Amino acid sequence: MRSLIDIKDLTTGEIEELIAVAEDIIAHPQAYAHRCAGKKLATLFFEPSTRTRLSFEAAMYELGGNVIGFSSAQNSSTAKGESVSDTVRTVSCYADIIAMRHPKEGAPMVASRRATVPVINAGDGGHNHPTQTLADLLTIHREKGGFRNLTIGLCGDLKFGRTVHSLMSAMARYEGTRFVLISPEELCIPEYVKSEVLEPQHVPYTEVRELEPVMHELDILYMTRVQRERFFNEADYVRLKDTYILTEDKLRTAKSDLCIMHPLPRVNEISVSVDDDPRACYFKQVLYGKYIRMALMLKLLEEANV
Amino acid sequence: MIIGQIRDGIVLDHITAGKGMDIYKILGLGELNCTVAMIKNADSEKMGKKDIIKIGRVIDLDFDVLGYIDPGITVNIIRDGALAKRERLTLPERITDVIRCKNPRCITSTEQELRHEFKLTDREKGVYRCVYCEAKAKR
Repeated sequence: MRSLIDIKDLTTGEIEELIAVAEDIIAHPQAYAHRCAGKKLATLFFEPSTRTRLSFEAAMYELGGNVIGFSSAQNSSTAKGESVSDTVRTVSCYADIIAMRHPKEGAPMVASRRATVPVINAGDGGHNHPTQTLADLLTIHREKGGFRNLTIGLCGDLKFGRTVHSLMSAMARYEGTRFVLISPEELCIPEYVKSEVLEPQHVPYTEVRELEPVMHELDILYMTRVQRERFFNEADYVRLKDTYILTEDKLRTAKSDLCIMHPLPRVNEISVSVDDDPRACYFKQVLYGKYIRMALMLKLLEEANV
Repeated sequence: MIIGQIRDGIVLDHITAGKGMDIYKILGLGELNCTVAMIKNADSEKMGKKDIIKIGRVIDLDFDVLGYIDPGITVNIIRDGALAKRERLTLPERITDVIRCKNPRCITSTEQELRHEFKLTDREKGVYRCVYCEAKAKR
C-alpha cells in the first residue's frame, strides 16, 4: 500500500506529475468535482492544526468525497491508552485514505505499516511534513515558473524547522539551486542536513547570521517561526523568538520578483505591513496547499485502486 | 599461552582489543555449555592488539549484531578441524532490536512492542539512524 511519509518517498518525476495535476485542478476545478465521490478521508489529528486539517478536509470535499476524523488526542481512544497501530487498523475499516498528524516523530510511519489504506503524514512533531513541502513546491513552480537556478534564502529556525529540511531535500535535486541559510547560531541547520543532503549533491550554500546583507541575492525568501513547542526550555525560546522580523524596510534591497514564503502560522516574524506587498506569497501558499493535497489524494487512491 | 585447536566451532578473529567481553555478553556466550575461550590483547601484525573468541560448537550467530558492534571481525567456521568458511563482516544495512532510540520525541518511546530499527545512512562514518524519527544512533 503506497503512503506518503517523507518527501523523499516521491521521485522527482512523481513530484512533477503531482504539480501538473494540481495545475490542471486549478485550471479546471469542475472536472475534478466528483472524482472522489463515495470515498472517505479520515483526518486523525492527535495535536492541534488549523491549516493542514482544514486543507485536507476542503481538498476531499472539493473532490466530491467525505471526511471523518478527530482533531485532538483527547477526542480519540488515545486518551484511553490506545496505540497508533490499533487506531489506524480500526480507522482502515471506515475510511479509504488517512491523513495523520501526531506529536511523536515516526508515528505516521508506524501507521502506514499497520493500515490497509494509504496514510499521508500531515506532520509528525519536528520531523516531516511532506504535504507542506508539496505546497511549497507548487508555490515556487507557479511563482517562479519552474525549479531551476533559484537562490533560496531560509530564515529563522533552521534547526527544528521540519519544513525547511524537507524543502531543502526536495530543491537540492534541481540544477542551479543555491541556499542561503540565515539563522542565529543556536538554530542553525543541523550538520546531518549538510553532510547527507547538501554535500553529496554538491549543492552550494552559505550560512549567515543577518538577513539584510543577503536580501538582494534572493529569488525566494522562506521565513519560519521559532516554535515554542520544539523547546524544552522556555528561556531559550524567549531569547530567540524575535531574532528575525521581516519588515517593508528590510525588503528595500530585495528583487522585484522575490517570492516571500512562510509555512504559517506566523507569530511576529513577518510584519503585517508586508502582507500587502505583491511579493508576499504565504497566503497563496495556503491555497496551493489545498490543490496539491487534492492531487496527492487522487494519486494515492488511484494507486490503491479503491 | 596455548589454547587448543577446535574441531567443530567458530573463531571470531580480529576483534578490536577491548571489545571481546562486550561481544561475549551480547552473544550470550556465557549461557553455552561448550568450550568458550576468550583471548584478550593478543598480538596482531595488522592491528597491534586484538581480541579473539573461540567457541567449541557451531552456533547461529547474528552477523548483523556483530557487524554493528565491530565491523572488522573475521568469522571463521571450523568443521572437522579445518576452515570451512570465512566471513569478513561489514556494517549491516539495517539492525533491529540491537540498540534503542534515545530520542524522547520518537514514537518508539511510547508505542508498545515496536521494534527498534536503525538503517545505515553513512557507511564511511558508520552513522545509523532510527527508521522512525531519523535520530542518529548513539554508539
